[in-house]
Amino acid sequence: MTLGVAGAAAVYTLRAADDCLVLSHRLAQWSSWAPTLEDDIALTNIALDLLGQARGLYARTAELDATGRSEDDYAFLRDEREFVNCLLVEQENGDFATTTVRQLLCSTFQLALWQSLTTSTDEQLAAIAAKAVTETTYHRDHATDWTLRLGDGTAESHERMEAALATLWPYTAELFESDAVSQEASILGVGPDPESLHPEWHGYVTRVLGDATLVVPQSTWKPSGGRQGLHTEPFGYMLAEMQHLHRSFPGVTW
Amino acid sequence: MRSKGQIEHDETDVADPRELEFQALIDSDQRIEPRDWMPDGYRKSLIRQIAQHAHSEIVGMQPEGNWITRAPSLRRKAILMAKVQDEAGHGLYLYCAAETLGVDRSELIDLLDQGRQKYSSIFNYPTLTWADVGAIGWLVDGAAITNQIPLCRCSFGPYARAMVRVCKEESFHQRQGFESLYALSHGTTEQHAMAQDAVNRWWWPSVEMLGPPDTESTHSAQSMAWGIKRFSNDELRQRFIDMVAPQAVVLGLTPPDPELRWNEERGHYDFGKPDFEELRRVVGGDGPCNRQRAAHHLKAQEDGAWVRAAAAAYATKHPAASAAA
Repeated sequence: MTLGVAGAAAVYTLRAADDCLVLSHRLAQWSSWAPTLEDDIALTNIALDLLGQARGLYARTAELDATGRSEDDYAFLRDEREFVNCLLVEQENGDFATTTVRQLLCSTFQLALWQSLTTSTDEQLAAIAAKAVTETTYHRDHATDWTLRLGDGTAESHERMEAALATLWPYTAELFESDAVSQEASILGVGPDPESLHPEWHGYVTRVLGDATLVVPQSTWKPSGGRQGLHTEPFGYMLAEMQHLHRSFPGVTW
Repeated sequence: MRSKGQIEHDETDVADPRELEFQALIDSDQRIEPRDWMPDGYRKSLIRQIAQHAHSEIVGMQPEGNWITRAPSLRRKAILMAKVQDEAGHGLYLYCAAETLGVDRSELIDLLDQGRQKYSSIFNYPTLTWADVGAIGWLVDGAAITNQIPLCRCSFGPYARAMVRVCKEESFHQRQGFESLYALSHGTTEQHAMAQDAVNRWWWPSVEMLGPPDTESTHSAQSMAWGIKRFSNDELRQRFIDMVAPQAVVLGLTPPDPELRWNEERGHYDFGKPDFEELRRVVGGDGPCNRQRAAHHLKAQEDGAWVRAAAAAYATKHPAASAAA
């Protein structure tokens, strides 16, 4: 594959950026469809935070990979094989239980990542992380509250949460995969090797699921490949929709 | 001399000291607050108007939200998401303002879903291109502001206060819409054509959304007497035209009204006659998207029912946790 980027720091930053952009897009799809007005506002709010984080990270990636690309070049002019987000963030919204579980799993991971990135040797990443910690703490709280309500709400909501967990849990293994890029980033002090974030993530998630009367599923299937640009089929449709207008008018100003 | 609020009331009403006190407050431009005594008609009229306003904000999320997933740049996407989120926020304040009159938000939402309360006719038109997002900001929000600024002085306190914040945000949206259309109009030939096409389609529905002509307006006289409405539909329409006509020149876009021109003598723009028959048709349920908007809102409500039921069940099981949340 051709990332068009040089260096572990750039790829490492781009992975985090793509995670934020794709998750933001998925959450934004809830607009006008949420179960309450308050949650319509909350989901869009989280999506906006994530979009802001993505934009900061793309700007930093462009400096690190020295390609001079704009944030829109990253978002709208790369094909599926060039996106390096994890598979979990691209999973379709499903029902509100699926979105809630996805958000709990993602926000807990992202909060641990941002907390660690506040001490990055890359000052810009550290600055982005400092702001993102506050935002992501709220995202995780929101997901936690809904996990408790739905897990320990009605029989139907409990069943839906179990189904959502069964669907999404296998995708969490990829979050903590270590590879040459993450190892080098860790050695350079750019950011943590995701592997190191697992104990904290696992501790929090299992405690919340336990409080929500939900059981952590067992799964031998550990889908992976997002960090190498190998995505799921629905992701192509998401990008097609997102990129269509931008690509229809090449080079114009919006 | 009869007080201006006493039209349509018989002598028994006039004799009611509470009514006199109520009308004295309105006549001296003071605010009526939720715990104050108020005539049933005033309460009902406000519930109807505030609910319709809230529903408009909520249904209005649909046509604009239609472009969130296709916004052509990350900057425009962030602006649009924030705008649609603001509309949801406005809906929330307005439902809360209506609740101070003794109704429940869920009742009002049910009335919307049963087609027994309306929302602004303008949201029954489709957003077919990206330029429609800019045209809605410029024209629809422009018309909304024209209508809403006088409501900041409405006689009912909670509605007036909600309007102050809503108007600030709507003014911001109108400027964003103008700026977005300006970028298109001054972009490539194709972008300019897209902007002009959007203005062609949104101009007249925006002029019409200020309501039927004064001669046919059913609620206006009483609402004005009660200090809810301050200006007639036709006065507001003239204000709107006077605001946007010169803005169109700056945008480099031509409103689809051959009769639009400055009238030195009147000190206002002259404009053509809106198609009020079309307005009646769309308000009556036969606009391009009435069915789709209603079905969308109803489906979101139905899809979310199990979530709201779960939240209620959890609150019953864990009252302390729910109170803290």
